Amino acid sequence: MTAVWVSVVVVGLATIAIKAAGPLVLARRSPPPRAQATLEHLAPALLAALVVTQAVGGDNGGFAVDARLAGLAAGAGALLLRAPLLVVIAVAALAAALVRLVA
Amino acid sequence: MHDLARPQTPGPGRRTVLDGVRAAAPIGVAAFAFGVSFGVLARAAGMGRLAPVVMSLTTFAGSAQFAVASILGAGGGLLTAIIAAVLLNLRYGPIGLSVAPSLEGPWWRRAVTAQLIVDESWAIAQRDGGRLDRRLLVGAGLLLFVCWNAGTAGGAIAGDLVADPESLGLDAAFPALFLALLWPQVRDRSRLAAAIAGAAIALALMPFTGPGVPIVVASLACLVGARRPA
Repeated sequence: MTAVWVSVVVVGLATIAIKAAGPLVLARRSPPPRAQATLEHLAPALLAALVVTQAVGGDNGGFAVDARLAGLAAGAGALLLRAPLLVVIAVAALAAALVRLVA
Repeated sequence: MHDLARPQTPGPGRRTVLDGVRAAAPIGVAAFAFGVSFGVLARAAGMGRLAPVVMSLTTFAGSAQFAVASILGAGGGLLTAIIAAVLLNLRYGPIGLSVAPSLEGPWWRRAVTAQLIVDESWAIAQRDGGRLDRRLLVGAGLLLFVCWNAGTAGGAIAGDLVADPESLGLDAAFPALFLALLWPQVRDRSRLAAAIAGAAIALALMPFTGPGVPIVVASLACLVGARRPA
């Protein structure tokens, strides 16, 4: 088996196992209240981290500052104007494309 | 955007799978486009046509797939590629824990439904009071799965005809997308604190670790919520 197929199979099986782990371990039980309150804060914590890593993350770790920041700023502006999601995404992509065109 | 995490349904009634599909539709466009760029990139990285398609069907997690393609394409080792992808997907461990109480049925059904969890479907399925809506998760997850795989197949097959996704600014769509998903989440002080702490942890770790680690450690920021039991 080639390296490509080994990576496809191993990463696929690992991801399937990781995604299924929580629902299988906890079954349908609710975690205790304090753990529940903690898990409720997972979404804002992870989504904020994803904003940061997607905006200024380099290909192999570290930082890379580029037109994505302009896109993020434009998207934030659209959000403040209560634009719908598709508009936010389009505005962000357009702003980054324009910056790349000019730079 | 505010209709995103709270899909337009009459009153507080039960959400349907279709509501999840509707809520995720705008993201589906982006997922399709990014699927195309994954197919193009993976083929350019020497993964061929079939492997990227199989990977999108089984892994269904964009960032990890891009990591594998770019590492293999740059001549990085197989082990490096696998470790990077697994680290990037480790966040689905805690995410799965938060979804667990909302899933129903026998163990195999819960395991299959859990495969529809991606960042975006999970964000859409968030409800007040910390519950997750299983139907919204399934609807959004199914739509994104279809879009992501259709895009991958298109990109892998017709890749040579497509423009470089970066020149179209597609990579800049994702930080804005996650900001839009974060927006309705920060509705009180403790959630805002969790968001700020998560971003700060990621920023602090990024110079020192490979991709994936900052996001996993940032999930610890949810401990902000441990101070106030629901």
